[in-house]
This record gives sequence, structure tokens and C-alpha cells, in this order.
Amino acid sequence: MAVSEEARPKQGKTPARARLASLRFPRRFSCDDVFEASSIIFAGVIVLIIVVTSVFLVRGSVPVLESFGTGFFTGKNWIAAAGSESYSALPFVLGTLVTSAIAVAVGVPLSMGIAIFLAEMAPWSVRNPLSRVIELLAAVPSIVYGLWGLFVFRLWIRDYLETPISNYVGSFPVFQGTPLGLDFLTAGLILAIMIIPTVSSISNDVMMAVPASQREAAYSIGATRWEVVRTGVLGYARSGIFGATILGLGRAVGETMAVTMIIGNIPALPASFFQHGATMASVIANEFSEADPGSLHLSALIGIGLTLFLFALEINVFAQLMVWRVLKVRGGSVE
Amino acid sequence: MTLSLQLEELKPASSEASAIRSTMEKFKIQTEKLNAWFANNHVLKDLSINVKENEVTAIIGPSGCGKSTFIRCLNRMHELVPGARSSGAVLLDNTNVYARGTDPVTVRRKVGMVFQKPNPFPTMSVYDNVAAGLKLNGVRDHQKLDRAVKRSLELAFLWDEVKTDLDKSGVSLSGGQQQRLCIARALAVEPEVILMDEPCSALDPIATAKIEELIASLKSQYTVVIVTHNMQQAARVSDSTAFLYLGKLIEYGGTTQLFENPKEELTERYLTGKFG
Repeated sequence: MAVSEEARPKQGKTPARARLASLRFPRRFSCDDVFEASSIIFAGVIVLIIVVTSVFLVRGSVPVLESFGTGFFTGKNWIAAAGSESYSALPFVLGTLVTSAIAVAVGVPLSMGIAIFLAEMAPWSVRNPLSRVIELLAAVPSIVYGLWGLFVFRLWIRDYLETPISNYVGSFPVFQGTPLGLDFLTAGLILAIMIIPTVSSISNDVMMAVPASQREAAYSIGATRWEVVRTGVLGYARSGIFGATILGLGRAVGETMAVTMIIGNIPALPASFFQHGATMASVIANEFSEADPGSLHLSALIGIGLTLFLFALEINVFAQLMVWRVLKVRGGSVE
Repeated sequence: MTLSLQLEELKPASSEASAIRSTMEKFKIQTEKLNAWFANNHVLKDLSINVKENEVTAIIGPSGCGKSTFIRCLNRMHELVPGARSSGAVLLDNTNVYARGTDPVTVRRKVGMVFQKPNPFPTMSVYDNVAAGLKLNGVRDHQKLDRAVKRSLELAFLWDEVKTDLDKSGVSLSGGQQQRLCIARALAVEPEVILMDEPCSALDPIATAKIEELIASLKSQYTVVIVTHNMQQAARVSDSTAFLYLGKLIEYGGTTQLFENPKEELTERYLTGKFG
């Protein structure tokens, strides 16, 4: 009895298996092969795009690098007038550094406050809608920030921030000049607003990934709510928060439209916050249509594009590594 | 929140308690009709237990009986879970820790806790882990910190193993060492009571034996309440044992008496492995 009972289900299975086998073997290509091949092609396209872009940027910037050599990175002038042409990326590299630094210095503390509130303080009924709204901010096109920045934000900054500063400490070199609102400071502040969604939502994710046992550990030695955040959460999440900051920096470095509309577009070495200026991204956006094909001007703009590309690439790779480290720790051994 | 009891209700409780105290041994912690909920789930039902000072009290019972919730009510950790609440009184030295106006932070500085899984702060060194609580209390004097760290690590039987590696990360230690580090961290703030929530459940037998030895040595200076899944462990380390079942206190008494001669049938059935 037992034997036949065991045998029966086996017999029942065999025809089904045979049918499957007959489906699989006579065909030369299965759906799997097609799927695999197409996946490889699509993935390859990504790599190809990066390669093609790099090749274009490097080839395009050869003329200007040949003409100016390292002077392209150390010179002070950017003159596009025919006859007295002189190209240097330095004013724009510094412009990008100044605006991004303002963005990080202002945007990151604000984002931290938001992330701590969302992850540690807010009740569920507030946390969800609020984090959605913050993510929505990331979806606002930068041209819209630019418009608002130009017609509204610039005036606020000029009247309520720059004018008072200028009145009181206008003699400091970094605050010299007439506050018009079209300057490094306003551009940096609009960038600060634009990086808040990125920095705060990633920081929030990283803080939420901190295991409850860390918070309990802090509570159990008599920590207050803020001390729990400081000891139990921020310590554990710090490299992820650092990564979020760097990602925000990456966004600030590459941001073009809003900055171009607000910064004033004068290629000068930054000396004062209240000074018209330009960044790597803004000069490309601003001057591309004026540069003749094949001209040294165009090559110089492509050279700036190459510099910006390398900047952004490095920043993003670095940031990803930092964020991964925290998320890996969570899944791994520390807990 | 319904956490704190009305003050009127409190006063008779405290005076009654002090009356008991004058006639009997000193109780470090007394719970009176302690109830606890997670949202609508009523997990502790009218628990009244007196924990004697300088003794190890074990809480045993099957999974889900409310053991952990009970000790988490003693230092007001329970209320940190969203939706959790409690009622009744927990008297620490005859003062209700749930009285209106009592800061849970000060309660937790007096009643330390060690958790199931070792949870040192991973970004801190061994030294900083132990010193963390003192630093929160505003201790900045290096000599004072050094002394407290050494004393706590010695009390936790860890000093000899880590004295040359105080700068290493807390998570570089073995599991058993990490748990003793967490005990040292709890001891550093000089609490009066140590709560332990299944402190050995993540450890191997040798590490477990070390912790048990440590618990026995702690009771000269501290009052220890330990939750354990392991009945042999309760028998080995504790002076008194409470048996909880479905959120109720079934039996509470001296450990020897409870294990050798339980009064309740339910206790006997649990101890002999008929359920649980």
C-alpha cells in the first residue's frame, strides 16, 4: 500500500515535467535569453552615455587647453571679445564653490532640523503628509524657483537681509558693494532652499534606519529627548547624514537655471557676497548661444563643462559611498 | 495621558507603604495595581509586587506574559512606545515614579536598564560608551570620568579584558563583552536599581555564566530585577521570583520556595514544562 501511494504522485508529476521539458529544449531561444540580452543592452546604454559624454567633453576642450594650458585653471580673466580673448575657469569654479558653500551652510542645518522633527518628534499623522510635501518640493522645476527667486525672493533678501547687513557691517570686504539681490548671497540662498528636499529626506531615511535599540540605550542612561537624538541617533547615522549633505552639495554644484537667473552673470573672481558673479553651470547656460561653432569661446565653455562634470561625478560617488555605509551597517553586524 | 495617578490616590498609598517599611524588610520598588496597555491590548493586569532592596528578583513566565513590559514600566520606558500607556503606581523608595510632575529622565538615571541584545553605541569607543551617561549628566572632569569608567568596567568584570583597548570601538568586542559593556554603561551613572531584560538570551553559555556571576556580585550594591526565559537561570541567580502568566501575577515568593514547593498549580505546571 505504502509503496503504491508513494509511486502515484510521482507518476502524476512525470507527464507535467515531460511537457515542460519538451517546451524548453526544442526551442533555440527562450524568453529568458531575450530578456537577458535586452537587459544587458539597456544597462550598457548607461555606460555608453557616460563614455560618450566624457569623450565629447574632453575632445571639445582640447583647443582651449592647448591655447591656455594650466592657465585655463589659474588665470583671472574671462574675456570673450574677439581679438582680446582670454579664458579661465577660475572665476566660475570659485563662484560655484561660494554659492554651494552658502547653500550647504544654510540648507543643511535647516534640513537637519526638518529630518530630526520628522524622524524623532512628529506624530504619525504629521510625519507622512509633511514628508510627502518635502518630496514634492524636489519636483518643482528649477526654472520655477528661478522665477520666484527673481521676482519675489530677491526683493526679500535685498530689503530685509542685505540692506541691513550693508548698513551695519558694509565696511567688511565680504559685504562691500550695493545690495541689489542679484548676487552670490541670493544665489546661495535659493540653492539652500533647493537642496532642502534632498538633504532632509535622505537624512530622515537614515535616521529612521537607526534601530530602536540605540534610542532605548540612550533613554536607559537618562537621556532627554534631544540627548537621545544626539547620542543614540546622530552618532549612528552620522556618515549617512554626511552623505546626504554631499548629495545636496552635488545638487547645488550642478544647479543651473535658478542660479543663472539670480546671480547677475558677471565673470569676476568672487570678493563680496553682494557682488554679481557666475558659476560654472550659469556661464555655460548664459553664453552657449553666443559662442560660434568651432570657436575658442565654445571650447572654453566645454572645458568648463568638463570641469563641472568631474566635480559632480566625484561628489556623487563619494556621497553614495557614505550613504551605503549606513544602510549596510543597518542590515549587517553592528546591531 | 493617564500615566500619572491622581495625587489624592497617591498619598494613602505612600503612607501605607512607609508603614509596611517600618515593620518589614526594606522594599526598593513596590508596584501597586500596575496595568499596562499597548493600544487596546491589555498586557499587564493589576500587578502588585514588592521588590526587596539588595536582592535579585527574577520575573519568569511564558512568552507574551508581560515580563518585559513589567520591567519597562519600572523605569518608564514602556510609555516610549507609541500607543502604550499604563496606570497604577510604581513606588521607588516610597515615591511614585508616575506621580504628576516626575521627570522620567530622573527616574531612568536611578533605574538603569540592560537589554536583550547588546546595544553599545557603535560610533563610540569602549571608554565613551561607559562615559556616555556621565557626560549627559554634565560630568566633564577627565579624572572623574577616568575613575568612573574604570570602576564601572571593574564592576562589570570587563576591565581586565579591555583596559588596553579603551579607544577601540564598542562594537569590536565579542557579544558577551558587549553586553558587559552595556552593564558597565548602566552602572556608570550610579543607579540604585538595574533592570535586565533577558540579558543573556543572545549569548553563548560561557558568556552567560560570566553575566550570571556578575549579577550575583552586583546585588551587594544594587537592587536587580531580571527578566528571564530560562528557569534554571532564575533559580541560579535570584533571591525572589515572580511568575507571570497572561499579564497576571500568579505567584511571587522566595526563589527556593517557589521552585521547590510552588503554591499554585499553574506555577508547578510551568516549572515542570507542561506548558510555556
